[in-house]
Amino acid sequence: MAASNQSAAAPTGMNVAVGEPLVRMHGVNKYFGSLHVLQDIDLTVDRGEVVVVIGPSGSGKSTLCRTINRLETVDSGTIELDGQPLPAEGKGLARLRADVGMVFQAFNLFAHKTVLDNVTLGPIKAKGEKKADAERHAMELLERVGVSNQVNKYPPQLSGGQQQRVAIARALAMRPKVMLFDEPTSALDPEMIKEVLDVMTALAEEGMTMVVVTHEMGFARRAAHRVVFMDEGQIVEEATPEAFFTDAQSTRAQDFLSKILTH
Amino acid sequence: MYLSELTSRLADGFLVTLQLLGWSMLIATVLGTALAAMRVSPIPPLRALGVSYVNVFRNTPLVVLFLITVVGLPELNLLTGSFFWRAVTALSMYTAAFVCEVVRSGINTVQVGQAEAARSVGLTFTQTLRHVVLPQAFRNVIPPLASVYIALTKNTSVASAFGILDLTYQLSDLIEDFPGSLYWNFISIAACYILIVAVISGAAALFERRVGVSR
Repeated sequence: MAASNQSAAAPTGMNVAVGEPLVRMHGVNKYFGSLHVLQDIDLTVDRGEVVVVIGPSGSGKSTLCRTINRLETVDSGTIELDGQPLPAEGKGLARLRADVGMVFQAFNLFAHKTVLDNVTLGPIKAKGEKKADAERHAMELLERVGVSNQVNKYPPQLSGGQQQRVAIARALAMRPKVMLFDEPTSALDPEMIKEVLDVMTALAEEGMTMVVVTHEMGFARRAAHRVVFMDEGQIVEEATPEAFFTDAQSTRAQDFLSKILTH
Repeated sequence: MYLSELTSRLADGFLVTLQLLGWSMLIATVLGTALAAMRVSPIPPLRALGVSYVNVFRNTPLVVLFLITVVGLPELNLLTGSFFWRAVTALSMYTAAFVCEVVRSGINTVQVGQAEAARSVGLTFTQTLRHVVLPQAFRNVIPPLASVYIALTKNTSVASAFGILDLTYQLSDLIEDFPGSLYWNFISIAACYILIVAVISGAAALFERRVGVSR
């Protein structure tokens, strides 16, 4: 109860004290069959912090992101959100997910619902908000991400960039404590990447706690407080963007950066 | 004489067939959808129950089910309602197994990301099914679902063998009472069934077109 009051008071995490740990992963391991996709992951994300996770494909960064709201289960280790361990299946888990916003690579907007209904479904059904309140809040958010003139359209009628901005509004409508972005621009045409990154940058500037898996190094430099570099299921290096991009310590990170920064 | 007798008996039989069909369709759809939900649920005993149901009721001949509900169970003082409701029970239980499999195949056509997104905004398993997965699943299975309902329409005729005064019962009566009008007896009864089936196909086509617009 206390948690929902708090999130209601600070809709986008604004003016919340930075520093106290919000997401804490400790000794997390996960296997896909014999593949050890997450190896002894320790990661703490503080309130108000923007953590960008980068690394080559198959390094486990998406899986890591998805374990935070338990779309992927883990085989060992603990994950805590705001001091609470993630519950197993059931209502407890649903309540936890209501506090964690998720943005997918493939948008995953509800195909049979209008833009407005996409944004209000969670608040109405999971939080019991009144339809009128949920719609008012949804309109504010859709205004903010710049798609308020498309509210009665269905997802397939929108461009990829518009769909992803609606998906961000849908996640924000739950007034989440933390936002997870799983390669949010990887399925977009180049000219649409910027419109989505602009929304994300604004969100970061407002103090939203964010975990962002991305290949957009420009966004990492501009918005991240910390860069986490993953390779082969391990966190190889963590540093400020400044330090990471100019002076990566590990050879794996240097190798990765030389490949992506010179093309 | 024949004509007035024919129309009045047709009207009686038509009404009974429609009632059998309507109730069975409703119950089979609700039960079948619940069974499909069980078959995709994260709880293993529920899944097992759904699988067993389908295996039993899809593989039992309909006439055998009628014998059980109309004759067998009342003998054990179970299901002692009217013949009509015993017939509806047999038809619903049987058809639910087919509805279940059609709906389940529909659920499998909905992208995993849809359910993940629903769970990510805090919906429970049941809410995710009800508000996100099932509405899309049904859209994808309108044609096979219509086929199940059409099969059900024809299956209601089995009830005539168990003393229900449906269209087919009226047919056998008409043949006995008016043997000289054999063709007209058959043609008029057939026309009644065709009318029902045409309405089902038409509704399915209409619904499919409406859904197509919003896609």
